[in-house]
Amino acid sequence: MTQLPGLLDTEAIRKDFPVLDRLVHDGRKLVYLDNAATSQKPRQVLDALSEYYERYNANVHRGVHVLAEEATALYEGARDKVAQFVNAPSRDEVIFTKNASESLNLVANMLGWAEEPYRVDHETEIVITEMEHHSNIVPWQLLAQRTGAKLKWFGLTDDGRLDLSNIDEVITEKTKIVSFVLVSNILGTVNPVEAIVRRAQEVGALVCIDASQAAPHMPLDVQALQADFVAFTGHKMCGPTGIGVLWGRQELLEDLPPFLGGGEMIETVSMHSSTYAPAPHKFEAGTPPIAQAVGLGAAIDYLQSIGMEKILAHEHALTEYAVQRLQKVPDLRIIGPTTAEDRGAAISFTLGDIHPHDVGQVLDEQGIAVRVGHHCARPVCLRYGIPATTRASFYLYSTPAEIDALVEGLEHVRNFFG
Amino acid sequence: MYQEVILDHYKNPHGRGLRDGDAEVHHVNPTCGDEITLRVKYDGTKIADVSYEGQGCSISQASASVLNELLVGKDVTEAQRIQETFLELMQSRGRIEPDDAMEEILEDAVVFAGVSKYPARVKCALLSWMAWKDATAQALGGAEAERKTA
Repeated sequence: MTQLPGLLDTEAIRKDFPVLDRLVHDGRKLVYLDNAATSQKPRQVLDALSEYYERYNANVHRGVHVLAEEATALYEGARDKVAQFVNAPSRDEVIFTKNASESLNLVANMLGWAEEPYRVDHETEIVITEMEHHSNIVPWQLLAQRTGAKLKWFGLTDDGRLDLSNIDEVITEKTKIVSFVLVSNILGTVNPVEAIVRRAQEVGALVCIDASQAAPHMPLDVQALQADFVAFTGHKMCGPTGIGVLWGRQELLEDLPPFLGGGEMIETVSMHSSTYAPAPHKFEAGTPPIAQAVGLGAAIDYLQSIGMEKILAHEHALTEYAVQRLQKVPDLRIIGPTTAEDRGAAISFTLGDIHPHDVGQVLDEQGIAVRVGHHCARPVCLRYGIPATTRASFYLYSTPAEIDALVEGLEHVRNFFG
Repeated sequence: MYQEVILDHYKNPHGRGLRDGDAEVHHVNPTCGDEITLRVKYDGTKIADVSYEGQGCSISQASASVLNELLVGKDVTEAQRIQETFLELMQSRGRIEPDDAMEEILEDAVVFAGVSKYPARVKCALLSWMAWKDATAQALGGAEAERKTA
């Protein structure tokens, strides 16, 4: 077995993830390399979900009975865990949403309906980048179309990094918001937050960071990032689907208007008008995803019991090994950085002229699960002149042996279509 | 799924390349980025040519090649019957085992029966066939033409 420095004890960790024992396609061992799409869930999270429903289920913030109080304590306890996980100055800065897309749409809508000085209108500009997931492109396109604001973006270099050479022309005095991804879901690139934040602060623009591919894989400190908003999702970090997070700076959350109206987000309601609850409840209309928040809290406990620094080191070692092995596969071209430096554990590639759907299908026949397509980042495919990519992405339970299986699988694909 | 016949058509496609036509359509399969530009040329109601250019997976490319081989030279009524039979087979979720009658209609296209078990790939196999149907409706000016050129 390949030994790499910094690896976690995956033999122990994998015992926590029941699905990793599955055999697929007539007894082949599952090799799950689609972690950037969603992670698998440990027993600890699955137990927290069923325990919640079996023992505590009630609606939150409204009953006086025992279950309602316990369910509320569990839900709000999950908020405490998230706040501590991202080093938020206050727990009231943590808004639960259903996913990162909703978090980003929430920011776009807050700014579209805001008063000065936050208001995005026809005289202002929005800045994103060419490597965004569609969830951090389309909400801003919608906002630009509805307000007349101008949408601008940073392009990419040939080696898969942000081209910041024209940063002073892209981010200007007219810029109201700069929204960008911390770790690209398709290229794997880790972006230079500090340079972008510095320029945004110079011109007084707000900064929103999509941390969907960062929160599961590395320590996340919203104060160190110096952003105004940070969005991520639970299901990529061992939590259930249906729960996302938006962290926002407290004074902004106090000033900015609500987006969705409904129960729970109000202070008083009359037939003519309403006043709103303080953040975060102002932004959480309706019954929230209670069990899912509890599950996310359990996922955070699980990840922290292993340690985010250790998870980062584990994935870095795997990425270094994978990049080096994949580059030896004939006709394989990595789309994105070709070293492990400032790089996450999602690796996209093309394999000669073989279409990624064919690559993915033949790998699947060998039990290897990868993602194929444009990964909700079609502008990246257009930028590099490719229709789609195959993407392998790793997590805390991934092993060097699985990378070996991938490389062998790709040899088989080449022979099959060669 | 990857029958020898499919791989043969993928590696040596029939009638690939754009030639003169009466109508042209461009169809895409947004889930995987397969694209096809397809032209039909009619001589009365007889299909004189189906020419195409595109990019995509082996299933989508082989299917376009089979379509060309099967439909060129046929009358539109017969071609429509073939298209409908192919559609029925592809939407069968693997439940139709092609019999002799179906094999007689579909010829090489029966090898796609296995693809119908993979929901994610059915659209790949149908891409060129839906494009052909659309182009034919435009070329022959059918009242119920389903125009959805992208």
